[in-house]
Order: sequence, then C-alpha cells, then structure tokens
Amino acid sequence: MAMESIMPGRLRWSPALIAGLLLLAVPLLPIVVGPFLVTPEMADVFGDVPNLPPSALHPLGTQSEGRDLLAALMLGTPSTLTIGLIGGGTALLIGGILGLLSGYLGGWVDSVVRTVVDVGLTIPPLAILILVAASFPIVSIVSMGLIVAATAWMGPTRVIRAQILSLREREFVRVAKLSDAGTLRIVFLELMPNLIPFLAASFVNAMTTAILASIGLEVLGLGPRQSYTLGNTIYEAVYYTAMWRGMWWWWLPPIVVLVCIFVGLFLVSHVLDRVANPRLERGQ
Amino acid sequence: MHRYLVRRIGVFLLTIFAAVTINFIVIHATPLDPVAAVLGRMASRGMSVEGGAQIVRTYTEAFGLDQPLYVQYLRYMGNLLRGDFGYSLAYFPEKVSSVVLRAIPWTLGLLTSAILLAFIVGNLIGALAAWPKAPRVFRSLIYVFMGFSAIPFYLLALLLLYTFAFMWPLLPTGGMFSVGSARGFDLATVIEVVTHATLPVASLALGLIGFWALSMRGAMTTVVGEDYLSYARVKGLRERTIFFRYGMRNALLPQVTALAIDMGQLVSGQVLVETIFNYPGLGTVLYNALRTADYFVVQGVVLFIIISVALTMLIIDLIYPLLDPRVRLGEAS
Repeated sequence: MAMESIMPGRLRWSPALIAGLLLLAVPLLPIVVGPFLVTPEMADVFGDVPNLPPSALHPLGTQSEGRDLLAALMLGTPSTLTIGLIGGGTALLIGGILGLLSGYLGGWVDSVVRTVVDVGLTIPPLAILILVAASFPIVSIVSMGLIVAATAWMGPTRVIRAQILSLREREFVRVAKLSDAGTLRIVFLELMPNLIPFLAASFVNAMTTAILASIGLEVLGLGPRQSYTLGNTIYEAVYYTAMWRGMWWWWLPPIVVLVCIFVGLFLVSHVLDRVANPRLERGQ
Repeated sequence: MHRYLVRRIGVFLLTIFAAVTINFIVIHATPLDPVAAVLGRMASRGMSVEGGAQIVRTYTEAFGLDQPLYVQYLRYMGNLLRGDFGYSLAYFPEKVSSVVLRAIPWTLGLLTSAILLAFIVGNLIGALAAWPKAPRVFRSLIYVFMGFSAIPFYLLALLLLYTFAFMWPLLPTGGMFSVGSARGFDLATVIEVVTHATLPVASLALGLIGFWALSMRGAMTTVVGEDYLSYARVKGLRERTIFFRYGMRNALLPQVTALAIDMGQLVSGQVLVETIFNYPGLGTVLYNALRTADYFVVQGVVLFIIISVALTMLIIDLIYPLLDPRVRLGEAS
C-alpha cells in the first residue's frame, strides 16, 4: 500500500490546468500578432515620435526614447521566456545531478550537498546576483539565464534527492543491484524514468524562480544591455516616470504579460505537483 | 539535539563565509575600477581631487593592496567582522555603515508590519476556510490570495501604486512623509508615516497572505476533527470562543516556523518595493548606489542583508522548540 501511495498519478484536464495554460497563452499574443502590426526596427531608439498614445499606427503607443511599445513587447516577451527556460533548465540540470549524487551515494556527499543547499536557501536570491551583476555587467540573454540559475537550483536538488532516497530502497533497484548493474546504469535506466513527473514539476518551479530573479535584476537597471526584456521595459518606464505622466501604455502591458506568465506557471506547477505527489490531493 | 544545533549554527557561519568570500572574489575580479571611476567623475565635474587622493589612500590601506592576496582576504574579513564596510564613494567621507544604519529602521518597520499584517489576516482566512460553520466566502478567498501570492511583490506594488495613488488618489505616491511637514513626535507625524507606509506594506502583505492562509487551512483541517472541540461544544461554549481559543490556538504555533521559510524571497521583494515608493530603506539606498556606481555601498548593503537574514532564520529555528514543546529537535530534520 505504502508503495502505491507514492506512485505518481496521471495528468488530467482540470480547471486549474486549463486556466494556467490559457494564461500562458497570453504572452504569445504579442509574439504572434505583433509582426502583422509593427516591425522589430520600430523598437529602436528614436524609431518614431516619442510619447505617442496608442493609435492605429502604434497599437501600444511609443515611449520617451521613441521606441514603439508593441515592438518592444514583441521582442521582450520571448527574451524573458528564454531567460526562464535557460535558467530553469540549468537549475534542473544542476539540481538533478546534485540530487542524484546526494540521494544515491549518501554518506559525506549527501552531507555536503545538504549543507550547500541550506546555505543557498539562506541567502536572499537577489543579493548575490546584485553583487555579481553590479561588477560584471550582464550583456546577453543567455548569460542572464545562466546567472539567474544560481537562485533556482536548490528546489530541484531537494525534490530529486528526496525521491531518490525513497526509490533507492524499492524492489526493482535492489534487483538491478543484485544483477550487477553499474551505478550509472541504475540511475539513468532504472531511476530516471520514475522521476519524470517530479522533474517536470521542478522545472516549472525553477523557471518561475529564474524569471522572478531576472525581473528583479532588470528593474534595478542591471538587465542585459541592449536587449529588450519585459523587466528592462518596466525599468525604463519607472526611470522616465511614466506613471506620473499618465503613460499607462508604457508600464501596464509588460506587467499584464508578466502577471499572466507568473500566475499561469503557478497554476501549472500546482497541477504538476499533484500529479507527482498524489498524496497532496488526498491531504486536502 | 546537539547535532541539530551544531549543524544549524554551522550553516549560519558557512553562509556568512560564502557571502563574504564571493564578495571578495567579485571585488578582485571585476573589470571595473570603482575608485578610478569616481576620481574620473570628480575630475570631470571640476571637483577638488584632494578628497579623491584620500579615497585612494584609505582604499589602498583598507584592502592592503600591496600585500599578498591572503593577507588582503583576512584583513577584509576582519574589517567586516568589526562592522567596517568602508567608505561611501558618492558621499565620501561618510562611512557605508552609517548610510546603512540610517536606512535600517525604515526597512525593519516596513518588513515587520507587512509580516504581522499578513500573518494575522492570512491565518484568519485560512482558519475560517477550514472551519465548518464559517461562511463559504473564505474558501474562495483563499484562491484569490493564492493568485496574488504568485505575482512578484514588485508588480503588486506598481499595480497598487497606480490604483490607490493615481486612479483614486487616496494615498501618497512615495517617501516616508510629505516634504516640509513637521517632524516632531506628534499624532500628525504618526499619521503621515502610517499613510506613507500603507502602500509598500500592502504590496508585501498582499503577496504573503495566500501562503499563510493555505498552510493554516491545512493545519486547521487536522484540528477540526479533534475530540476536545466536540467536548467544548458539549460544554456549551460560544462558537467564537471555540474557534479562537480551541481551534486557532492549537493550529497557530506550527505556523511560526514557516516565518523563516521565505525570508529570502521576501527581503528580495522588499528591496524592489522600496525603490518603487522611494521609501528611505535599504532597498532605496541600494538602488541609488547602483545608479551612482557607489560600489562599496552596494556591497555593504548586500552583505548586511545576507547576514541579517541568516541571523533571523537562525534565531527563529532556535527559538521555535522553546515555544512548542511538541517539537523534538533532531528527529524531524
């Protein structure tokens, strides 16, 4: 019985999943619709007359440097999502390796990994990033993604370690060990497939953490230079006091897109957590 | 018990060590030369370079730049342990520590108000959501607040600022009190400070409530079926008394541990929220220092934040077992 209760459930359509996916579709709007209305060049500095309210020519208006804001949104949304994918992916990779080693080998490796995770969880995520980014200006979307992974690997490490610990003692792993299968073989062929739901849930959580950290750096003016990201657009809007000047078309659209991304990821991760860990469902 | 203590304190010390070491490495590996940058800026503004020469001297002395690297490292550690974060480059000869000290009361006030508010409201909503006789509204209210908790504090702050300071101008847009207002300790000043703190506190609290509500609902669900509640009912106690004194009281204590869990995210959020409202705490100090390339202030604020968060989490973890006799250390973790 105890064995069965920790087996992952199956992904089913639920209101939370549908709502989450719908919200995650919102950021795709500027990416899909944008190219029909504006060109990427319109996002350049002095691409057009500054401070224009929304019109047929500029559906989301322009900002104080003459950038078209729909064009900025069209370029910025994919950048922010890319940072999340790179950050979340890197964090999952680090967490997967550390969690596997820690859970499977145990002993001093486990002690070291657990301590490092605890230290990582104690340090406020933005703090170290600010320290690094203030001294080494971040230049590209990719380096931003890699840097924010530093704040997102602890969660996956913990989840994967805990799962390996419980899987390690199962019948099929013992059989594999008895039949003289190598450690790597056991880890990748026997353990990995059982981890897929947990990996998916961890990835979504890590992606959320990564985007959160990147936005934090960007609104402090430490974002990737010369790139459009949603956080950079908000930073500029605050810098040029767009709210005080009534230019809602400048600051509101990137916030709406970000809110949709965050709430959407939250709902999807909620659903995935329940699939990975059906006991959560019964506990409620 | 002892192993837990040793491990917990070990993690605390390692955190400080890691933060200081990373900072040291960053200082030495950066392609930017902060002192040269400031000297250049001072010269270009036609300012006297006398102060500049002094900066170079104190900087060289403080870091012992002519010494081997490990001596520099030890000296740097020693300075930090004595609370010496060096000088502010933008406000030279003001020390970083005095810039930080001035900002602390505001940051601490904001943070504790937000945590308290969210703790009270969140726990009430969570407890009512699990209480069979409570209105059903609270059950849906939890989902609303969970939605808010998914949104970063910074974005909540911008949305609240627009709604309550621009759309309906009920509250001030920023600062800690109005420019030119009297700053004695009287009722008017208190009201000023409270109205100015309302929006920043609300931005943080709004994002925190869902977290408390959810875990309180979980805790309360297990309490609801307990025999002592039925007994209290049989005794004929009022529903309100049963709810607060018998229900919430027993579910509330474990919630205290959760205080420590998201401290890091919360403090990171607070730093950003302060910049939105131009609130004179550590976040705004940090933001201004970033904009004026005042690297020592940036490092000082960051290290101070890391150390105080680590210390707070250590204290909460150590105090909790004293509060709740049901917890036995060393077994749970």
